[in-house]
Amino acid sequence: MKKLINDPDRVVLESLAGLALAHPEILRVSFDPVYVVRADAPRPGKVGVISGGGSGHEPMHVGFVGRGMLDAACPGQVFTSPTPDQIEAATRAVDGGAGVLHIIKNYTGDIMNFEMAAELCRAQGITVRAVVINDDVAVEDSLYTAGRRGVGATVLAERLCGAAAERGWALERVEALCRRVNAAARSMGMALTPCTVPAAGRPNFQLGPDEIEMGIGIHGEPGRERTRWRPAREIVARMTETILADLPFERGDRVIAMVNGMGGTPLMELYLVYGELQPLLEARGITVARRLVGNYVTSLEMAGCSITLVKADDEMLSLWDDPVLTPGLRWGA
Amino acid sequence: MALGRDDVAAWLRALRVVYAENKTLLTDLDAAIGDADHGINLDRGFSALVAELDKNAPADIRGLLQTTAMTLIRHVGGAAGPLYGTFFLRAASACAGKQRLEAPDVVALFEAGLQGIVERGKAAPGEKTMVDALAPAVEAMQRSLGDGGRLGDILQAGAQAAEEGMKATIPMEARKGRASYLGPRSVGHQDPGATSAWLLVKTAAERWR
Repeated sequence: MKKLINDPDRVVLESLAGLALAHPEILRVSFDPVYVVRADAPRPGKVGVISGGGSGHEPMHVGFVGRGMLDAACPGQVFTSPTPDQIEAATRAVDGGAGVLHIIKNYTGDIMNFEMAAELCRAQGITVRAVVINDDVAVEDSLYTAGRRGVGATVLAERLCGAAAERGWALERVEALCRRVNAAARSMGMALTPCTVPAAGRPNFQLGPDEIEMGIGIHGEPGRERTRWRPAREIVARMTETILADLPFERGDRVIAMVNGMGGTPLMELYLVYGELQPLLEARGITVARRLVGNYVTSLEMAGCSITLVKADDEMLSLWDDPVLTPGLRWGA
Repeated sequence: MALGRDDVAAWLRALRVVYAENKTLLTDLDAAIGDADHGINLDRGFSALVAELDKNAPADIRGLLQTTAMTLIRHVGGAAGPLYGTFFLRAASACAGKQRLEAPDVVALFEAGLQGIVERGKAAPGEKTMVDALAPAVEAMQRSLGDGGRLGDILQAGAQAAEEGMKATIPMEARKGRASYLGPRSVGHQDPGATSAWLLVKTAAERWR
């Protein structure tokens, strides 16, 4: 393992120390327990929006703390959910009296830790609502699994709910928006290479020199199938077809599209992917109303990408355009 | 034989050693069907527990188990943190007011812990989780207790049933946790949670002969 680290056990803390130094005007970092919070929190009367999850997906979530997005983020160890004490402390730190929304990705550990934290918060009189994001079409949704994983839609939900909270929406309305975004969003990922969790020291799975994993999860969980490498055009078409058929997206829909890098993919390739995606959508009468191309939900140094589409209405697009000022996403501010 | 506070502390400290020794095994099992952190997380949690006990050891059995619960909840993360945290929280309640644990008390401790894991994780037997090791272990302990077994025999029966339950997870298809995403591809792998649960019971059997 060769990484820009000092000590595998201190990677997360040392990275957060750097984040705090780099963005003092936007956020501050608590180290005991660990959470990242907006510099101006709590904002009286504003709904707090919180997310969290394992580290190693930066900029999600800590890089999305700031005006117009998250009020706080709770980073766990690499690929490991945060603990209830972190989430409880972060919830208290952002509670401005209007309640707090927890945006949770659908992983067993994340849900259990957030549920325990919500119990602790409610016992202190803080109103907490939770929405679980589960947009990954690679996973069959059935009674016999933990359900679909939460992936790219989390970024879009955090952005839109953050904007809504900034406008002064009540908790119930922000929560309903979050459910609406999740219901209208679908994602799929693929990997060209595995990644190495620092504390594990070796890759979390193996891929042959010309193999790719279609439907990969953001922790390197195996996906739908392992296939031979194909040209980007074919890979993008496969992912897009799967996503479109699932919702389904239909002629006349407007979407917010995200082409996301897994961490080790050159931006050159991500734009190439976007260049394949938009014409595919246009050919089916689907308009890309807004888009993101870049690294937003990464898996350490994994190479590969994911595509997320959310069917957007006027309200979502209007919220999308509101100012946002975070380390990982900023415009209009 | 009845167990005192020091016996319980000895079990907890032994678990730290056992999970450190099995860190790679548990992480490798998890890498096959999960996210490759189970051994790392338990090792971190039980190391933190021993550090806490060195600093500030509670004077009674309930306090020891409660400290264990809170330390694991704080330091383990993942699903294992809340699951084992809940195990020890319920175990602590089961031991409230007891200075000594007789055989029925020890069985009650494991019963309460298992019940906590079932409620927190919403898992049933056969879904390829820690329940598949713990549930047969508790049943075997209850049977052995009913047959008038001594504490050592009861725990031995529990450990053996846990081991069999753990091995029985190999052909199972996972239906809870990250491994469930693999569907049929989870077949043929031993569940890491069932393995750490077996170690929990086995270590008690070895400590509390």
